Amino acid sequence: MKEKYNCYHCGDLCIDNIIADGNHFCCNGCKHVYLLLSENGLCNYYQLNNTPGIKAKGKFTGERFAYLDDESVISKIVLFKSSNHINVTFSLPQIHCVSCIYLLEKLHLIESGIIQSRVDFQQKSIFISFNPQLISLRKVVELLSFIGYEPSISMLENSGAADKSTNKKQLIQIGVAGFCFSNIMMLSFPEYFSKGFIEQPGLQQTFSWIIFVLSIPVFLYSASSIFSNAINGLTQKKINIDVPISLAIFITFSRSYFEIFTHTGSGYLDSGTGIIFFMLIGRWFQNKSYDVLSFDRKYQSYFPLGITIKNNGIEENIPISKLAIDDFILVRNNDLIPADSILMEGVANIDYSFVNGENTLQKKNIGDLLYAGGKQFGTSILLKTIKVPSQSYITELWNNSIFNKNKETSESFIHPWSKYFTVVLLSIAFLATIYWQFTDSSKVLLVLTSVLIIACPCSLLLSATFTFGNMMRVIGKHHLFLKNATVIESLAKITHVVFDKTGTITTQEKPDIKYNGIPLSEIENDLIKLTASNSSHVLSRSLYHYLPLSPNNISTSIVEYSEEAGKGILAKTSDSVLRIGNSEFAVADLLNHVFKSAAVHVEINNNYKGYFDISHHYRDGLNKMVAQLNKKYVLHILSGDNDAEKQALENIFGNNTTIKFFVSPQGKLDYVKTLQQNGANVLMIGDGLNDAGALMQANVGIAVSENRANFSPASDAIIDGHALKMLPLFLKYARMGKVNISIGFAVSIIYNIIGISLAIQGKILPVIAAILMPISSITIVLIAFLTSIWSEKLLKISFSKS
Amino acid sequence: MSSLFIILGVSIIISISFLLAFIWSVINGQYDDHYTPSVRILFEDDDNKLNNEQISK
Repeated sequence: MKEKYNCYHCGDLCIDNIIADGNHFCCNGCKHVYLLLSENGLCNYYQLNNTPGIKAKGKFTGERFAYLDDESVISKIVLFKSSNHINVTFSLPQIHCVSCIYLLEKLHLIESGIIQSRVDFQQKSIFISFNPQLISLRKVVELLSFIGYEPSISMLENSGAADKSTNKKQLIQIGVAGFCFSNIMMLSFPEYFSKGFIEQPGLQQTFSWIIFVLSIPVFLYSASSIFSNAINGLTQKKINIDVPISLAIFITFSRSYFEIFTHTGSGYLDSGTGIIFFMLIGRWFQNKSYDVLSFDRKYQSYFPLGITIKNNGIEENIPISKLAIDDFILVRNNDLIPADSILMEGVANIDYSFVNGENTLQKKNIGDLLYAGGKQFGTSILLKTIKVPSQSYITELWNNSIFNKNKETSESFIHPWSKYFTVVLLSIAFLATIYWQFTDSSKVLLVLTSVLIIACPCSLLLSATFTFGNMMRVIGKHHLFLKNATVIESLAKITHVVFDKTGTITTQEKPDIKYNGIPLSEIENDLIKLTASNSSHVLSRSLYHYLPLSPNNISTSIVEYSEEAGKGILAKTSDSVLRIGNSEFAVADLLNHVFKSAAVHVEINNNYKGYFDISHHYRDGLNKMVAQLNKKYVLHILSGDNDAEKQALENIFGNNTTIKFFVSPQGKLDYVKTLQQNGANVLMIGDGLNDAGALMQANVGIAVSENRANFSPASDAIIDGHALKMLPLFLKYARMGKVNISIGFAVSIIYNIIGISLAIQGKILPVIAAILMPISSITIVLIAFLTSIWSEKLLKISFSKS
Repeated sequence: MSSLFIILGVSIIISISFLLAFIWSVINGQYDDHYTPSVRILFEDDDNKLNNEQISK
């Protein structure tokens, strides 16, 4: 019996005996990374965490990052550049543990050209400064890729810096408002306790003037965003919630200033600044979203930044933006085709799953048209472009106007409320004015202003911002990440749910594998597993994980091994020859059988044994999810794939579901549009570039991602593949959100009634306003918090019951 | 009671200095990353020494 070892670096099971310093490794790639680290004294990497490494993907072709030598590319990526100093920030989605931070911040020990590296764990990014005379940008990226952290480089996604500066401005606004509010509150206490009369001459004046000075930055700086929102709303002839709030703030401050200047009182500046403080906190809370995830991706983010062109036999790396029609381009194994082009040289095996959701590789001959977005498997191919990247078939989608306008967010139901609120408030103020005009005209102004001061539309706003903000966090805890809190409202209104098939309701993680043919002996089984373990092809990896590890020692070892990319593997041991691969490769009498799913054929010693049928596995819990959704929503499936699995899908989804196959990306977009024109609110769930149009068009688009670090198309939300089965619960939770907010609204209305009824009697005093304001704000925040937790609990109970 | 005026002035100046410290820390980027610095401080600086000890074991 052989002992089983897990790779010291990445934790995978070891098949071969690869040992260094007494540690076992699953492959040579992992071993090399280990050796590099141990050479440079970085073995603490392995002490901080067990098997922290990222499985080495083997050697990447040396030219992969060649475009990083191009000056124009470098200047777009780097933050700062001088003759002996370059600063650059990369996004490294692989960062996952303390060891990563340790290793990445010690890069200067591996390469002396690197001056300093700083990791931001939450942003999953690294800041590197290096000396370009000692090490090139390309070398830095290659080093990162070698140790497993391949940066995702895109010139478009540098908006992070702008986000940070607005975030900072918000924080400072809150800080200023909080500081002024608390000091004003403190300076107002003496007056409240002394019932408005302070003996010491001049002291009251001093207090008033300090309060006045402290309120100015709140009014001019902290509240500026509220005012500008209100003005924006008014210029679009809409009354948004900021309009009544701005009105209230304006009146509170102007009346207070009037009182201070005329020495008639000390005003309501404590409540006024307090309101602004609480509201800014609410906004900050609602806008705090998931920085790491990128929800707005254009097609440029999917394509490589640089490409190798080969004109007149000379290879040259150029940025993709310079690619022109009739250029000859070189596309290597695993590279994405950047533009529609014609195959000139080589054997093309194209994986279009990204573009149209089809599973199987397509073999293309010289002269065939290849569409942008396909991925080449196998040897390098030479193509001649016939269109520029922005005009290609798949990218045409982005020229659709849907990508250029911001999604019409269906009007939030808070806004009608704020309209009613403003109307009711103004009419109450008007009636009160008329009443006091006839009874005691000296009090008219007092009553009018107190009504507007005490009525607090901000508590309506607070209940919405805090409830949605909390709910977004609760949903995020269960691996559905929303772009912003307003998505919850849109989710609550959904009537139709449209699914993509491949990658959405099926998963690539655990394919269903069936063997057809002559039964395999244990030795043959071992032989196939051993052979498959040597290849990094997707099907080989699936096969490797599927085949059981036999209890006996694998006695044989491979003497000769060759992999013909896109076709199969030839492996020789001391006593047998094994060919596994596609039907052409493993010479098979296939009797014209058409394979709709991917198949791996096996031939041992020139005898055809059979094939492994590898098809996608439907996600766990799919049946239950569909049953729950069917009760309330109309379901649709749009697949770009062939109809091989029609029967299986019908069994799961039942008769009420429309199932369409061979749908083009544009077709998906149009289908969603048609549903919407018939009055439906559509939720689209998809994963690939081919769903991108439909995801944008739908009222809510959710992108499914197995690995959050992977690319996902532009969407309103990103869901973890495993969490998809909880979709019915998420939708129910979103619907409960409206109830939660209504509870908050009801409470804030009660406060308003109490406040306004005091105000119209002319009885409101600064001290009452000062007490009522924080109490109402804090209770509303508490209610928002409790209701969102409470409804999550309810759902958890119903989930565990079902 | 006139000492109140002095105390008032002093308290305002002190609290303004705290506000300025807050604004400085925000601009300086201390609120950008709440996690990594807490890990970074725990790393040993003398990695080579530690590593050699392990090898000699």
